[in-house]
Amino acid sequence: MSDELARNVGQQFGRLPATPADREVEGRASRKEVVEFFDERFEIEPAVFEEFTFWEKGKGKIWIFADEVPTPIRIEGLGMTVLRTRQEHWKPTHSAIQRFGHHATKNVIELSGEEAARFAQGEDQPVEWDGDWGYLIAAHELADDRVPVGVGLYLYDELRSTVPKGNQESLTVL
Amino acid sequence: MNPLERYAPLVDDREAFFAACERPLPSVVRVNSINATTERAKQALDEEGVGYETVDWNPQLLRLDERGPGTSWPYFHGWLHGQEEVSALPAIALDPQPGEQVWDSCAAPGSKTTQLSAMMDDTGIVVGNDNNLGRLSALRHNAERLGVTNLAVTKQDGRNFSLKPFGFEAFDRAIVDAPCSCEGTIRKNPDTLDQWTLNHVHSVAAIQKGILSRAIQATRPGGTVVYSTCTFAPEENEAVVDHVLDTESCDVVEFDCPLESISGVTEWEDKTYDERVEKTHRIYPHLNDTGGFYCAKLEVTA
Repeated sequence: MSDELARNVGQQFGRLPATPADREVEGRASRKEVVEFFDERFEIEPAVFEEFTFWEKGKGKIWIFADEVPTPIRIEGLGMTVLRTRQEHWKPTHSAIQRFGHHATKNVIELSGEEAARFAQGEDQPVEWDGDWGYLIAAHELADDRVPVGVGLYLYDELRSTVPKGNQESLTVL
Repeated sequence: MNPLERYAPLVDDREAFFAACERPLPSVVRVNSINATTERAKQALDEEGVGYETVDWNPQLLRLDERGPGTSWPYFHGWLHGQEEVSALPAIALDPQPGEQVWDSCAAPGSKTTQLSAMMDDTGIVVGNDNNLGRLSALRHNAERLGVTNLAVTKQDGRNFSLKPFGFEAFDRAIVDAPCSCEGTIRKNPDTLDQWTLNHVHSVAAIQKGILSRAIQATRPGGTVVYSTCTFAPEENEAVVDHVLDTESCDVVEFDCPLESISGVTEWEDKTYDERVEKTHRIYPHLNDTGGFYCAKLEVTA
């Protein structure tokens, strides 16, 4: 195997191995682990991701793509970022939660109209929550359904908004 | 002199044309079907008290009563994307199908690219190319915001684009929404004509011919290529189509244009063009209260 295949090269996308046993690039998450992360943390069923492929570009940044292409591939973008790995607590991206978060049934915190508006602006706030600490899906009610607003980090009775700066918005309190 | 004067002989109603060019454009959003149905997006706007009317020729396009699209909940959720009404046309003409392999040669900032993805139910592959890193970053941001997962982004010169990274030989369809003199965006950018020169029109036309030629070569026989610009200049429109009819394996095909349009012109100044360009469409601002546009649909022949 060439060096380029064994290392994680920052400028290209490498497809995730199916399982940890198939791993050829050191430290790279496997597809199985990524799908299990979403299942265990948010109860997003593995079937949701069945048709997609997963890729790593940059250190630990995981991308989800709707189709297949040869690996490795040296291009600018491949699908959408979903997860940050190679750190103790894996962090789902804002876009992943906007796209797939509605499938979640666990670790979803429902915000009031006012809380949701503050969250969308990127503000941290005290919120009541009896469940796990760590990354949660912050959601609110819109058009008769629960809609994810973004990823929150819950620590010490406080919900921190991780909505990226470029997505933050000052919105109406519903 | 106002450069638009040169097009007065082509326009049916000179006064209406110039009056429309003076008016600001309505604020229009497209419902992103990857993340929401049109019904839900409308319900969310209703709940927020944002007024709109549905564009009569396309139920996914909404004209907003006042504020820009960036400040509503459905926009925040990636249910809506700001997109000028007429710019929804080339993707509709291209008619991409789920699972296909589609090339968008000049993709950034991505309104049309993400529309292609939505029309394909976010399956198959849209290769979104642009040659400018800053513009690619806008494309990436918009695609993420809209939940697009079938987009592969490349940074190449469209004129000699290589499919090599992708491991397939040809695209099913391609769209060339070419860089142009942008005269048709006068309602959005009133100072767009300040920099206008005939030299620029000619130099950008050479680039357009190069990209459209490559798009035809990179598309399988029987596949479709759509060419569009937001300019009125025949040098950048009919002349470019005339060029590829002469040099590449392709033909012009009719398409049902849902907006009121005028046939492409076969004569301009001292030039004449292949009669088949009459099947292409010119859209003037006063016809549908939109920006100005040009759109041609081509079929790749063996």
